[in-house]
Amino acid sequence: MTLSALQLDLLTSRYNYYAVVLLLGIGLYMLVESPNLVKKVIGMNIFQTGIFLFFITLAYRAGGNPPVVTKGGGPYVSPLPHVLILTAIVVGVSLTAVALALIVRIYSEYGTLDEDTLEQLYYD
Amino acid sequence: MIEHLPVLLVVVPIIGGAVPLVASLVTDRAGWSIALATTLVHAALAGLLARQVWTDGVVSYAVGGFALPYGIELVVDGLSVAVVALISAISLGVLAYARHAGPHENTFYSQFLLLVTGLTGMTVTGDVFNLYVFLEITGLAAYGLVASGRDASAAVAALKYLVIGTVGASLYLLGVGYALAATGTLNMADMSAKLAAVGYDSTLVLTAFGLMVGGLTVKVALFPLHTWQPDAYANAPDSASAFISALVSTVSAYALARLLFSVFTVDFLTAVPAARWALVALASLSIVAGSALAVSQRNVQRMLAYSSVSQFGLVIAGFTVATPIAVVGATVHLVGHAVMKGGLFAATGIIERETGASTVGGYAGMGTRTPLAAGAFTVLALAMVGVPPAIGFVGKWYILVGAVEAEIWPVVAVLLVSTLLTLAYFARLGERLYFAEATIREEAPVADGGASVSTGMLAVVVVAAVLAVALTAAVPALDQLLEQTLPPLLNQ
Repeated sequence: MTLSALQLDLLTSRYNYYAVVLLLGIGLYMLVESPNLVKKVIGMNIFQTGIFLFFITLAYRAGGNPPVVTKGGGPYVSPLPHVLILTAIVVGVSLTAVALALIVRIYSEYGTLDEDTLEQLYYD
Repeated sequence: MIEHLPVLLVVVPIIGGAVPLVASLVTDRAGWSIALATTLVHAALAGLLARQVWTDGVVSYAVGGFALPYGIELVVDGLSVAVVALISAISLGVLAYARHAGPHENTFYSQFLLLVTGLTGMTVTGDVFNLYVFLEITGLAAYGLVASGRDASAAVAALKYLVIGTVGASLYLLGVGYALAATGTLNMADMSAKLAAVGYDSTLVLTAFGLMVGGLTVKVALFPLHTWQPDAYANAPDSASAFISALVSTVSAYALARLLFSVFTVDFLTAVPAARWALVALASLSIVAGSALAVSQRNVQRMLAYSSVSQFGLVIAGFTVATPIAVVGATVHLVGHAVMKGGLFAATGIIERETGASTVGGYAGMGTRTPLAAGAFTVLALAMVGVPPAIGFVGKWYILVGAVEAEIWPVVAVLLVSTLLTLAYFARLGERLYFAEATIREEAPVADGGASVSTGMLAVVVVAAVLAVALTAAVPALDQLLEQTLPPLLNQ
């Protein structure tokens, strides 16, 4: 059985969305499965990056120029998602900073970054 | 001045929140007074706004004067003004408690005001992306407040809260993306009209609903998504856990209601029965599982946290039933729960300071050693169970009547069962407090470096207990306020 032209087209033209799904999946998997707290935070970042890419892909328009008004004129890609994601990136950076600060405190107190070891210390 | 009220409500605490950090250059004990001054201004603004909503109905404000629906809109109606007033009142109460109970650092009060900013912003915003930003501001401040406890376990609890909370907020953001793809707008009112035009059975719309509501239920802490809550509440300093337990989930539940009624609308719930039943199922599961987990707890603060899981299931069930009486009931319970749960956490803080008791077993015989705090605790607990004439009864009764009217029987059954379970865990505590032999002999073991109890702390708990009963008298006023607001929201 061979792929029809339409299916092939779907596969090749939607690669951004595959990247989004991949990033969301990898991020969430790291977040849940990695016992290392720092890697959990990295997973959280990858998960958020997937969402950022999703928004940027939404804004894309075939043949569109960057949304900077110059002499060239339109059509432009939608500037709105870019602005939203700029905000979301700032939020993501602050969250990472707070998370890392908490991890520093946890490490200085318990001397470990391993979740399972921490769990044992925590409930004793 | 008066036309800028909605935006001032958000701007005042965020500016006030920066002042304690600057004041740290001079003194590190100025935070409390600055927070008090800012919160008093916030309360005055909230009062003025409530009066304006009472006379004029819905107040809309375009931030920066940008034309709607492209600019950010702030919308205040009867429902949001009730929540704003609640935020002011609880903040003042928590400040009265924190005056003596601490923490005393300036940074704590910066975070406190940042949390007030986030909560107020979530309440007044009329823009789904703006809601995400304020959700994250609320989250960041709450993580910081939880971590401000002396023990390192507070940092562990805060990190857990941060990771789960971030996933919830990110799912919400992803849902906003889907809604944006479907409608091309972020303004709630505009989006609700365009969603109807796209068609409620469109995959984009259904996915957006699932992700946005799913993300918010993490913040509300409904049953399978509640795991951050008990650790966070039990490890935070007493002032912070009273504040967070009273407001953070409350405002998230309000945001969920806003999303249901202002964005997706009741028509969506009717057109997609699966969405309504999924929410009813989640809420019912939460009510039963939360109560059952609460019964099995030994630590009193963890028990109260699980009790929240159950009570918020009830609130969400009320909103999902979506008849006017059920929505009024859910709002009454939302407000009442904030007062009762905040008061209960404050009371456990006092009891632990005075007697060292923090477990159900340890509470034995403590009723006579801390008569005032234990008395207030008992009154609040009975109010939470729903003994008339307390506010807890009114909320539950309205939700029950609404569910019977709408013939959503699972909610009726679950509500009755959960009331029995609530009685089970609170009655056990009451029995220990007054009728059991004391297990803790020595006088007041000092837990917190010379912990003592001030008049302000006791006053907060007593006022909360009095309010838990007296608020019943305010229900007709709230009813009238919502009478103008609800019909357009519920399409009636």
